[in-house]
Amino acid sequence: MESLLQVEHLSISFTQYDRGTRQRSLPVIRDLSLAIRPAQVTAVVGSSGSGKSLLAHGILGILPYNAHLEGTIAYGGEPLTQRRAEALRGREIVLVPQGVTYLDPLMEIGPQLRRGRRDDAARGESRAVLARYGLGPEVERMYPFELSGGMARRALIATAVVERPKLIIADEPTPGLDARAAGRILGHFRELAEEGAGVLLITHDLELALTIAHRVLVLYAGETIEEADAADFAAGALRHPYTRALWNALPQNGFVPIPGTQPYPGEIPVGCQFAPRCARCQEVCRSGGPVPDTALRGGWVRCYFPEGGERP
Amino acid sequence: MSLEAKNLTFRYPRRGKRPVLEHVSLTLEPGERLGLSAPSGRGKTTLCRLLAGYQRPTGGEILLDGQPLSRYRGACPVQMIWQHPETALDPLLPLEASLNEAGPVDGRLLEALHIQPQWLRRYPQELSGGELQRFCIARALGPRTRYLLCDEITAMLDLITQAQIWQFLLEEAQRRELGLLVVSHNSALLERVCGQIATLPPAGVP
Repeated sequence: MESLLQVEHLSISFTQYDRGTRQRSLPVIRDLSLAIRPAQVTAVVGSSGSGKSLLAHGILGILPYNAHLEGTIAYGGEPLTQRRAEALRGREIVLVPQGVTYLDPLMEIGPQLRRGRRDDAARGESRAVLARYGLGPEVERMYPFELSGGMARRALIATAVVERPKLIIADEPTPGLDARAAGRILGHFRELAEEGAGVLLITHDLELALTIAHRVLVLYAGETIEEADAADFAAGALRHPYTRALWNALPQNGFVPIPGTQPYPGEIPVGCQFAPRCARCQEVCRSGGPVPDTALRGGWVRCYFPEGGERP
Repeated sequence: MSLEAKNLTFRYPRRGKRPVLEHVSLTLEPGERLGLSAPSGRGKTTLCRLLAGYQRPTGGEILLDGQPLSRYRGACPVQMIWQHPETALDPLLPLEASLNEAGPVDGRLLEALHIQPQWLRRYPQELSGGELQRFCIARALGPRTRYLLCDEITAMLDLITQAQIWQFLLEEAQRRELGLLVVSHNSALLERVCGQIATLPPAGVP
């Protein structure tokens, strides 16, 4: 099946002032590749600071001025240039942003959904989309500050999907929602996918991602370290030790933390990024350059000694 | 010797006549870990705000060791940790200043929470949500603190950080016999962390 969005060898770095007028380049995402197919939900899972939101902003062409992007992004088979991204975003490609602060604080929800249109059809559409997310028509007349966290979150999603997009990039769409509302919203994403849209779900919540995603991509310190089928998790067929640690940290799977934190951009160790926290770490992991990715059991992994390979 | 909410009612002005909370009562003992779950918009955060003394209830009372909470001066023995750490820290202050708002913080806490010394001079926008939340937790664990209200404090964190923070909080709560009210949508988390789980009924239902 042809992919809707194809990202290849994407790297994003920031130019920062170091000391005085000296500049330095801070790599945040390195060598990231992914493909999103129509009618599929692809989840990108990673902890905060791993570069998840930047990936979304990079695809939409809304990176800040001091960011530098390398690699190729193709949408519908053609390169997604800045100009094309500007024309498509908000219509064919939509972002469900992370923060509820993306709603206009000085505008009622109804007009924000209708984007300046005032006819009856627009009114009907905005009511329908609110109803779809379990919000009553009275919400149209409310300002964002009058909504609770969960209601604001649903209003935000409603503003994104009111245009019937082909590619939906959802950046942490569910925190602050109860399980039922979260499940319902994820169900809507799945429905949108079944109607033919491609969905890129960016989240730190592995559990929620697994409930709707077909494919899962795990991000660590700006690198993709594993791509797996959603079913691989429950089946225990994981490849990378970090993915395994994520799975074991779920409250229902033991709630076991591993020590340490993800390295910062700029403090990236040589060799494998995960080596200082890894129980399977060997000499070669700490030396060498970037770890190559290898195909394994229908997915791929960026590890010299993946689980299920030979023992270290 | 407990934290008691008696028959609390609260309504926000200008949101019609319907109260957010109506006749809510709960008791939290030292060392107890009570989970609280309810759909969004039901008033969980509002309840925490009342219990921590940020807002006065429209009706009912909150007692700490039998005394009204409003009688206490200085750092409140009931501390709240907020859902969004980035909104609970002054964006114009370096984190060290925010951290010591309620008096100096024990170095042991900083170590246990893995707060790096170089973070202290940074500003809130320079750190991630998980790092900021560690500061909020350390700030809330002053020597006078006896009850902690955790309002969805790890929802924005990745799983490993979440497990790290809860492991720390549970140890600390046990060591100091803190009473914990844990608000979360994640039922697996509540079951893991809490001794008891309560749900908040909708306002108007007795």
